Amino acid sequence: MRVLVVEDDSQVAAYLVKGLKEQGHNVDHAADGKNGLFLATSEDYDAMIIDRMLPELDGLAIVKSVRAAGKTTPMLILSALGDVDARVEGLRAGGDDYLTKPFAFSELLARLDALLRRARQAPATETTLRVADLELDQLTRTVKRSGHVIALQPREYRLLEYLMDNAERVVTRTMLLEQVWDYHFDPQTNVIDVHISRLRAKIDKGFEQPLLQTVRGAGYMIRE
Amino acid sequence: MNRASLLHTSTFRLALVYMVLFAGSVLILLGFIYWSTVSYMAEQTDATIRAEITGLAEQYRQRGLNGLEKTISERVERDPNGSSVYLFATPKLQPLAGNLSPWPDATPGPDGWVDFEFKDSGTGGRVFQARARVFVLQDGLHLLVGRDTRELKATQQLITRALLWGVAITLALALLGGVVMSRGMLRRIELINQTSRDIMAGDLSQRIPIRGSDDELDQLAGNLNSMIDEIERLMDGIRHVSDNIAHDLRTPLTRLRNRLEQLQTDLEDSSPYREQVEQGITDADQLLATFAALLRIARIEAGGHTAKFKTVDLAALARDAAELYEALAEEKGLHFSAGIEDGISLDGDRDLLFQALTNLLDNAIKYTPAGGAVVLELKGSGNTADIAISDSGSGIAEAERDKVGQRFYRLESSRSTPGSGLGLSLVKAVARLHRASLLLEDNKPGLRATLRLPLRPNREG
Repeated sequence: MRVLVVEDDSQVAAYLVKGLKEQGHNVDHAADGKNGLFLATSEDYDAMIIDRMLPELDGLAIVKSVRAAGKTTPMLILSALGDVDARVEGLRAGGDDYLTKPFAFSELLARLDALLRRARQAPATETTLRVADLELDQLTRTVKRSGHVIALQPREYRLLEYLMDNAERVVTRTMLLEQVWDYHFDPQTNVIDVHISRLRAKIDKGFEQPLLQTVRGAGYMIRE
Repeated sequence: MNRASLLHTSTFRLALVYMVLFAGSVLILLGFIYWSTVSYMAEQTDATIRAEITGLAEQYRQRGLNGLEKTISERVERDPNGSSVYLFATPKLQPLAGNLSPWPDATPGPDGWVDFEFKDSGTGGRVFQARARVFVLQDGLHLLVGRDTRELKATQQLITRALLWGVAITLALALLGGVVMSRGMLRRIELINQTSRDIMAGDLSQRIPIRGSDDELDQLAGNLNSMIDEIERLMDGIRHVSDNIAHDLRTPLTRLRNRLEQLQTDLEDSSPYREQVEQGITDADQLLATFAALLRIARIEAGGHTAKFKTVDLAALARDAAELYEALAEEKGLHFSAGIEDGISLDGDRDLLFQALTNLLDNAIKYTPAGGAVVLELKGSGNTADIAISDSGSGIAEAERDKVGQRFYRLESSRSTPGSGLGLSLVKAVARLHRASLLLEDNKPGLRATLRLPLRPNREG
């Protein structure tokens, strides 16, 4: 995957470039807004990571210009501005996701993966999600494991649906809060962990192979 | 702008005072005109009578009583409809000549002047006023020379009527002018008030419109606008500083955390340092979370959010929070219950309200020992909605209730539990933003925290 990183802080940029390369991505880096805009509009990327506060040209201006040029490349905005208004502003400018600095690299990677997958994936025609012997039917909203129906609460269903939709990928706690609960807030306790362990008790208990795994320091992943 | 408020404006009161003063002046002026006109006319009448008397006295001196009687008859014949009144009578007051009959029933004053009423046969017996001078001549003959004063009276009445109308019209015009002026003034002042209220509600971009007439209200508006400019500049400065702190200090923290993360991935799974590095990441996260909470409070307190308020379904919000935290409470062995009234919504910031609610729930769950109970309630009553979270934990001593909302304030009893000491500060900031109040009460045992939200935060006053 070709990824463009527009970031003025050389250390954050170096770290991002190094980390993304380790993940097997092909990374270009621009250190200011002008170069960033030039690369973003003249080259073809699979995804862009753009810092909001940049010398020469504001990050949001790049996002707007790329969208104005008709490109649908997924863009992730990085910013030190953490409040909801700044977030909404970023998304309204055309960003696909918004991450507040400082972020864990694993969080960025998880979000970038989700963006890349969404962009690559054709509109879903498949209505059944499968991970090993776990099946989730999006039409009837039923979940089965090895043929046995598992009764889930509506929120547990949405949680599992989101995890299975992102199977084999790390999903962070904030992503779950945003996507499953639809709130942008900082829980003071790890309230998500309790919901995950309840879901785990329903889908993994009594089976040899656990599917719902905790990724330390990052989040959760569902996989074989 | 209703009638009552119009009557209470200082402009209207001022207009009323002016109205009274002006009406008084007009009254005095017209009164003077009346008085001088009437006395001038009375003077004129008397002068005419005196001239007549002089003429008659001349005739009497030259031609005696017969000449006098003849002259009177001539004068009456010459001008039958004139205003002059003559009567020449015998000592027994039997008329001999003249145009008046009978001799008036009035006693003359010591100077010989008399005011009396008489019937004019020519006008069908109507009663008129007259003024005359009476003489007693030789042989006891009586002579009366005077003038009909009906014109004088009519003029007096005319002037009186004009005077009354003048005062009435003056009063009406002054009242109308007062109302119109006050309304105009009230509208402009109301505009200033409305803008001030909007600004107080957090919308600093508002300015008071200036008409361009450079009058004192324009100057006031201009000064207020400059003041708001200055406040906005200062607020922007604060926001700028906090944004810069966020950018400048959190960036090196990002690096620190990322280095630790990198180290964590580089270390072998079996490495003895792994756990220490993980602890380092947790510590860094906690530091960052505290920092983020501080910045968040600062930004909320700086205001400006209210402009982005949307309608929030409080019942749905409370149900989401209850659903999210019920699991946590049960995990801790607490009995959790929720009583949520439907159909309550208000204008607000959904994410911040949710944050406030979850902070309160977090606290309740954190400070209630296993076996206790946590209750979430949403109730609407008239213009307010109460979100109350009660627990059966250790509660907060009354003396400390005011302090727990301060940043970093922590109860002695809770120093050992994890937390930044910013949770309730954030709740308070969110409450202030929504013009809500946070009430902390004794739940006997435990704490009952109530967020009392006005249902129309932007439309009050």
